[in-house]
Amino acid sequence: MNETVLKKRKFQMTLLFLGVIVLTYLSAWITDYGFISSLEAVPGAMAWMASNLLVNGEALGKLPDIMDKLIETIFMSIAATTIAAALSLFLAIMGSKTTMVNRAFGTFSRFVASLSRNIPVVAWSLILLLSFGQNSVTGFLALFVGTVGFLTRAFIETIDEAALGSVEALRATGATYWQIVSKAVVPQGLPQMVSWVLFMIETNIRSATLVGILTGTGIGYMFDMYYKTMNYEVVALITITIVLAVILIELLSTRIRKVIL
Amino acid sequence: MQQITQQPSVIRHTRAGKINIRSGNRVSLVLRSTLWALGALTVLAFFFFDYTGFRPLQAIPETLYNLKAMFLEPKLSHFGWGEAAMQVAITLGLGALATVFGAVFAFFLALGAAENLSVPWLSKSIRVVVAFVRAVPTVLWVLIFAIAAGLGSEAAVLGMLFHSVAYLVKAFSEAFEEVDPKILEALRSTGAGWWQTVVHGVVPSTFTYLLSWTFLRFEINFSVAVAMGAAAGAGGIGFELFMASGFYFDLREVGMITYMILAIAIVLEIFSTRLKSRVYSAD
Repeated sequence: MNETVLKKRKFQMTLLFLGVIVLTYLSAWITDYGFISSLEAVPGAMAWMASNLLVNGEALGKLPDIMDKLIETIFMSIAATTIAAALSLFLAIMGSKTTMVNRAFGTFSRFVASLSRNIPVVAWSLILLLSFGQNSVTGFLALFVGTVGFLTRAFIETIDEAALGSVEALRATGATYWQIVSKAVVPQGLPQMVSWVLFMIETNIRSATLVGILTGTGIGYMFDMYYKTMNYEVVALITITIVLAVILIELLSTRIRKVIL
Repeated sequence: MQQITQQPSVIRHTRAGKINIRSGNRVSLVLRSTLWALGALTVLAFFFFDYTGFRPLQAIPETLYNLKAMFLEPKLSHFGWGEAAMQVAITLGLGALATVFGAVFAFFLALGAAENLSVPWLSKSIRVVVAFVRAVPTVLWVLIFAIAAGLGSEAAVLGMLFHSVAYLVKAFSEAFEEVDPKILEALRSTGAGWWQTVVHGVVPSTFTYLLSWTFLRFEINFSVAVAMGAAAGAGGIGFELFMASGFYFDLREVGMITYMILAIAIVLEIFSTRLKSRVYSAD
C-alpha cells in the first residue's frame, strides 16, 4: 500500500460519511423527524413502560384465551413454513443452475420466487384479506407466499454450494436426473435446508403477529384489540408470552442446528 | 459454507448379512425426527385453525379476479404521482433513519459483544438483552412507542431502531470475532491501546462486511417501514396501501402501490446482491 492508495481510501471514506450525513438529514426532513424530540421521548417511553406495562391478576385471568391464540399462531407459522419449504424445494431444484431442467423453467421459478419475496407480507395479507375474509387461512396464506420466495432463494444457494461436485460424480456414473436429485442434491443440502426452515419458523412467528394485526387473526388480533381498548396489562402479558414463545423456539432450533450442521 | 462431515461408524449388518447402508447416526436421527415433527405439526395445525367465514369455493375465483384487477389494470385514483413519490420517499426515509442510527449504536454495542474485544460478562449480558429485543416483533415495539412517545415518525423510527440494533449487533459482532487474531496481537505488541486496535485493526479489516450487512438491513427496513405504515399508522406508502385496501376497497390502486413497492424492493435487492458479491470476491 503506498501513499496514493491510502489517500484515495481516505477520500472515499470521507465521501461515504458525508453522503450518509446528507442522507440522514434529508430523511429526517422528509419524514418530519425531530432528533431532539426523539431523544427526549426515550426516557419518557421507558418510564411509561415501567409503570404501565405491568401484568396484574385480572390480566392473568385472560391467560387461557391468550395461550389459545398463541398456539394457533405458532401452528400457523409452522404449517406455512413447512408447506412453503416443500414448494420451495421444488422451485429451487428447478431454479438452481446446477440442477435446472431447462432455462425457461429456471427463469420462471426464480421469477416467482422474486415476486413473492419482494412484495411485502403486508401487501399479501391485505390483498388476501379482501377475498378470504377474517380467518386463519388468510394469515396462513400470507405467511406462506412470503416464505416461498425467501426459502427458494436460500435453497438455491444451498444447492449451488453443496451439490456441485456430487452431481458431477453421479452424472458420470450415468445416473438419471431424478436419481441425481434424490441421492445427491437433497441429502447433501438437507441439514442446511432444515436450518433455514427453522430460522424461517422463528421469523414467521414474529411476522404472524404483524399479519394478525392486519388480518384480524391469531395473537396479533388479540394484541390489537387490547391495545385499542387501552388495556395495557393484557398487552404486557401478550408481549411476554410472544417473547417466551420466540425464545423457546430459538433455543430449540439452536440445539437442533448444533447437531445437524 | 458448512462442510458435512461423515462420522466414522462401525459397519453394521442386517439379519441377512448385507451391509446395512441405512444404519443411522445421531445426525440423521435428529434430522429425521425434526422433519417428522414438522410434518406432524403441520397436519395438526389445520385442526387448530379458525375457519370463520372461510369459503374456498368462493374465495379462490374471487382472489383470481382481484389479482387480475390489481396487477393488470393498476391505476392511482385517490392521489397523484407526485404525492405517491413523496409517500415512497417517506417510507425510504424512515427505513434510512432506522438503519443509520441502528448501525451507529450497533457498532459500539457489537464491540462490547465481540468475545475477542470484550470481557465475558459484558459480552454475555449484551447478547442476552439483544436476544430479548429481537424476540419482540417490531410492530409491537412501534405500537408501544406510539403510546409512550406519541404517534409519528419518532415512534416508528425508535421502534424500528430496536430491531435494527439487535440484528446488526449479532451480524457485526460475528464479523469482529472473525478478525485475524494475529492482527490484534501485532497491534497490541506495539503498545496500541484498545481504541487504537479497534480503529486501525478491527475496523479496516471488517469495514466492507459492516457496509454490506448495513445495506442488507436497509433492504429489510424498507419492507418493515411499509409494514409499520400499514399496521401502526406510521405514514408513508404502507399507510396508503392500508387505506386503499381497507377503506376505499380500490383494487386498482392497491395494485399500483404494490407495483411501486415491488420496483423499489427489487432495485434494493439487486444493489445489495452486487455489494455482497463484491465483498466476497474482494477476499
